[in-house]
Amino acid sequence: MSQLASLTLYHNDEARPIIEAIIADNPGVRVLNMPGAVKLDCEGALVVKRASVEERLGREWDPQEIHLVLISMAGHLDEDDDQFSVSWKH
Amino acid sequence: MTAKKLGLKQRYAHMTRGLDWETSYQPIDKVFPYDQFEGIKIKDWSAWEDPFRLTMDAYWKFQAEKERKLYAVLDAFAQNNGQTGISDGRYMNVLKLFLTGISPEEYQSHRGFAFIGRHLRGVGPRVAAQQQSLDELRHVQTQIHTISHYNKFFNGMSEFPTMHDRVFYLSVPKSFFDDARSAGPFEYMIAIGFAFEYVLTNLLFVPFMSGAAYNGDMSTVTFGFSAQSDESRHMTLGIEVIKFLLEQHPDNLPIVQKWVDKWFWRGFRLLGLVAMMMDYMLPKPVMSWKEAWEIYFTEAGGALFQDLARYGLKMPKYHEVATEAAEHVGHQLYGLLYQLCHVAGLHAWMPDAKHMDWLSEKYPNTFDKYYRPRFEMWAQMEKEGKRFYYNGLLQLCHTCQLPMTFTEPGDPTTRCFRETQFKGNRYHFCSDGCKDIFDNEPEKYVQAWLPIQQIFQGNCGGPTVPDVLNWYQIKVGVDNAEYVGSEDHKLWESWKQDTAVSKAG
Repeated sequence: MSQLASLTLYHNDEARPIIEAIIADNPGVRVLNMPGAVKLDCEGALVVKRASVEERLGREWDPQEIHLVLISMAGHLDEDDDQFSVSWKH
Repeated sequence: MTAKKLGLKQRYAHMTRGLDWETSYQPIDKVFPYDQFEGIKIKDWSAWEDPFRLTMDAYWKFQAEKERKLYAVLDAFAQNNGQTGISDGRYMNVLKLFLTGISPEEYQSHRGFAFIGRHLRGVGPRVAAQQQSLDELRHVQTQIHTISHYNKFFNGMSEFPTMHDRVFYLSVPKSFFDDARSAGPFEYMIAIGFAFEYVLTNLLFVPFMSGAAYNGDMSTVTFGFSAQSDESRHMTLGIEVIKFLLEQHPDNLPIVQKWVDKWFWRGFRLLGLVAMMMDYMLPKPVMSWKEAWEIYFTEAGGALFQDLARYGLKMPKYHEVATEAAEHVGHQLYGLLYQLCHVAGLHAWMPDAKHMDWLSEKYPNTFDKYYRPRFEMWAQMEKEGKRFYYNGLLQLCHTCQLPMTFTEPGDPTTRCFRETQFKGNRYHFCSDGCKDIFDNEPEKYVQAWLPIQQIFQGNCGGPTVPDVLNWYQIKVGVDNAEYVGSEDHKLWESWKQDTAVSKAG
């Protein structure tokens, strides 16, 4: 059975570079647009890479800044200085 | 030479290291008196690690930033008369239900997590619970601030704390949190941290706030998503607590399973109010309750329980019943609100033809067959000047405190009744799920404050409907009954006329 890892983010300018980085770094990601929010789902795991966000944002970005635009998630969280991920892998 | 900057994991380790200490002049069990009586066995509290590793300074920094953004939006909304830009005046009734039914529970949740943040003897969960406690206090404050702007114009909101404590349908959310807060600390964590926050809260906040965005309510969507941005931490706490309990000792599994079963069912019943709101009360609907259930329970809950199966934890009992009922609960509860809004603190109305067609499309198996004919009959009665209100006192389920309005699993034409005898008294239930919960802890539930029984016992202001509504602080003819022709409706129509005039001019 399918096990989707998921992040839901604000649909605004602040979250846009993060959304774009997720789409670029997670092949097969499914995008569900809702008024005000975007839900991104990917089989097994979903990763947000600091370097990819910084490239799009044009400034330094701390993965903990995701707290400002994150609405919901599914999966076990792992976070360090270089990335933020949710997954069902062990 | 400057010292190398610490990494996230090191910073978190430094923050939590040494926050805990061994007691010297009191035995440790006297300092933490509540974390053993439930039978949960913990071998090693230090095995707990919060994967967010949010240090207190980072917590303040991010929360302050969220507050600045939220209040900027609220100011702009008030300055620009944002209340005139919502999709329709009927939309306000969603906010009335939210303010009277949900915001006070944010406060209950704040109190509950403050208790957990004091009484679990591991430092990791204590820090996470204290942060969550502060979050919940922030939520109730921002919700009251946001909605207070609408209170300047619309009825039904001014007495929300009293209404929450007294009005019959608001005992549904109130009893849910009373039940959780009067449980032990581990059950509270499973009830609110896991079952509510991880498994069910998306169903409340995500489609609801998307609905607010779609209906032009910029201030609510902003507080909603601002609150929900704390939710990922709460969800993490919920999932960490369940993994931690199941990893610590095999004896914990049956206790945890029983709590998961209980709180899933209680949460499912509570969220029936959200089903009614999503299917009927948003003038511009975004998603049906059934669709939301498929995304957030069948799909997201399925992935979660598949993962937890490695500990032997099973899907919550009666989850199939809940999934089948997703076809029915919104229609059944809104049908009830339509008949009872003369004794409620908000308005109801007949869904229009376009809305009924949307319901037919979203519920091809059930709406036209079972529910459209009821609404069409009531619409006909309205036309004849006989708008239908139900004028009896309702029988309530003794566990969830919702009226006995739900139907048998697999048979939507038969009302579901269950009962149990305890110490010479008979108790009534809306479902097997609610009956099981009572049967597991009858001594607790016989003490429940049931609003209808309390009216019969003379504790609610008097024997007549106006007496009780007066005690509820519901202003008759102002806050209650049919939307069409209400003060709210007249106000909304006058705003629409102003807009039409200024456009024409």
